[in-house]
Amino acid sequence: MKFLAEFRDPERVRHCVAELRRVTTRRWTVMEICGGQTHAIVRHGLDQLLPPGIKLVHGPGCPVCVTPIEEIDQAIAVSLLPGVALCSFGDMLRVPGTSSDLLQARAAGADVRVVYSPLDAVELAIQEPDRDVVFFAVGFETTAPASAAAIERATQLGLRNFSVLSSHVRVPPAMEAILTSDECEIDGFLAAGHVCSVMGSAEYQPLCERYQVPIVITGFEPLDILQGLLACVEQLEARAATGAPVRVENQYTRAVRESGNVHAQSLVSRVFREAPRNWRGLGNIEGSGLELREDYAQLDAKRRPALEVRTADLPHGKELASPCIAGRVLRGLARPADCPCFASECTPESPLGAPMVSSEGACAAYFQHRARSSHGAE
Amino acid sequence: MCLAIPGCIVELAADPLGPAKVRFGEVLRPVCLACVPEAQIGDYVIVHAGFAISLLDSAEAERTLALLDAARDARGGET
Repeated sequence: MKFLAEFRDPERVRHCVAELRRVTTRRWTVMEICGGQTHAIVRHGLDQLLPPGIKLVHGPGCPVCVTPIEEIDQAIAVSLLPGVALCSFGDMLRVPGTSSDLLQARAAGADVRVVYSPLDAVELAIQEPDRDVVFFAVGFETTAPASAAAIERATQLGLRNFSVLSSHVRVPPAMEAILTSDECEIDGFLAAGHVCSVMGSAEYQPLCERYQVPIVITGFEPLDILQGLLACVEQLEARAATGAPVRVENQYTRAVRESGNVHAQSLVSRVFREAPRNWRGLGNIEGSGLELREDYAQLDAKRRPALEVRTADLPHGKELASPCIAGRVLRGLARPADCPCFASECTPESPLGAPMVSSEGACAAYFQHRARSSHGAE
Repeated sequence: MCLAIPGCIVELAADPLGPAKVRFGEVLRPVCLACVPEAQIGDYVIVHAGFAISLLDSAEAERTLALLDAARDARGGET
């Protein structure tokens, strides 16, 4: 397809790899925070083309994977209420809660449906006025505009049987949480291109200056990722050689303007406000979540009396003890293949942790593209 | 989750709230263009979850490739 094939061109990819080999003189660790980029890297084997000095680590780039267990538990409990049709993206159905998942809730009689778009959930509420349609909204800034559009649409239509359980998260606060951690060994970031298509680059400038890390807004095709990485390494090498300042750079200019998409930003800020959010693997991060504003309280599933979940209906006790190392994988401190359960007890059919469930989780990427040959070993 | 792919607008919606038709390869899908009001038939948009998040700038796409090719040619085509 147009605008995809050109960015997969093997000859240009070879040139980019040669350039990376030429410019790299030291050891650098670069993190990408986007499940789509993680999958592209593993699927195309881009990590295996790099010079030995460059280490790629996968950050918490999959919103499905970072959705905290208590929100999965709440979604499951809501789905089991009479009259409710709970909708979400397909990946959410198998994410483990404390004691079950949404797929098991469906097997137990809950009306759980998969939608492609938040707008499809609004359509469902129109077509089935007797169902109380709850959209379990997950996603980064890329997805928040579609959720906000669904909420505005339902408001305009006066739908009383539509609400949203928001678990939306924002990327820059998570990057800052990683940078302030004692365990951080990140030299540079590839920022997620589609998050930036919406938000632009403004939020990255203070992070870049405060922590002295280059941040390169990067696309999703093999050539995009190598070119983004090359720009990042060139900045790091220049800083090491001459003390040149690092900066925010945009590789993905065909889809990202510096100011982002102002229509989408205004839509999101009309509907949502920033709030603290608990991330799986990272803990609570101030201002990293999006909740519905007061004006839209009636569409907020968390504030609808009919959808109130009694504490007694939520699972008690802690998550079952598991050797799963998803938390360390999500912080970029371990590779999927470092886990003793990888591709043995833990597979996409029977996942122990969220990164093995989601089609964009790091564990699923290694399982899909590496497990058969080497169990993801380097 | 943030998977988004470029598609070409083939038909705009009669109702401003309704979906436009966008072609991805051989597949036509309804897409909401509320956040790219400047988009016209023939434009490429980046679509995520049935929602266009960005208008694709084809001149920038060409420029990115041209910069890369120029750098390669400057090195005498070595790979």
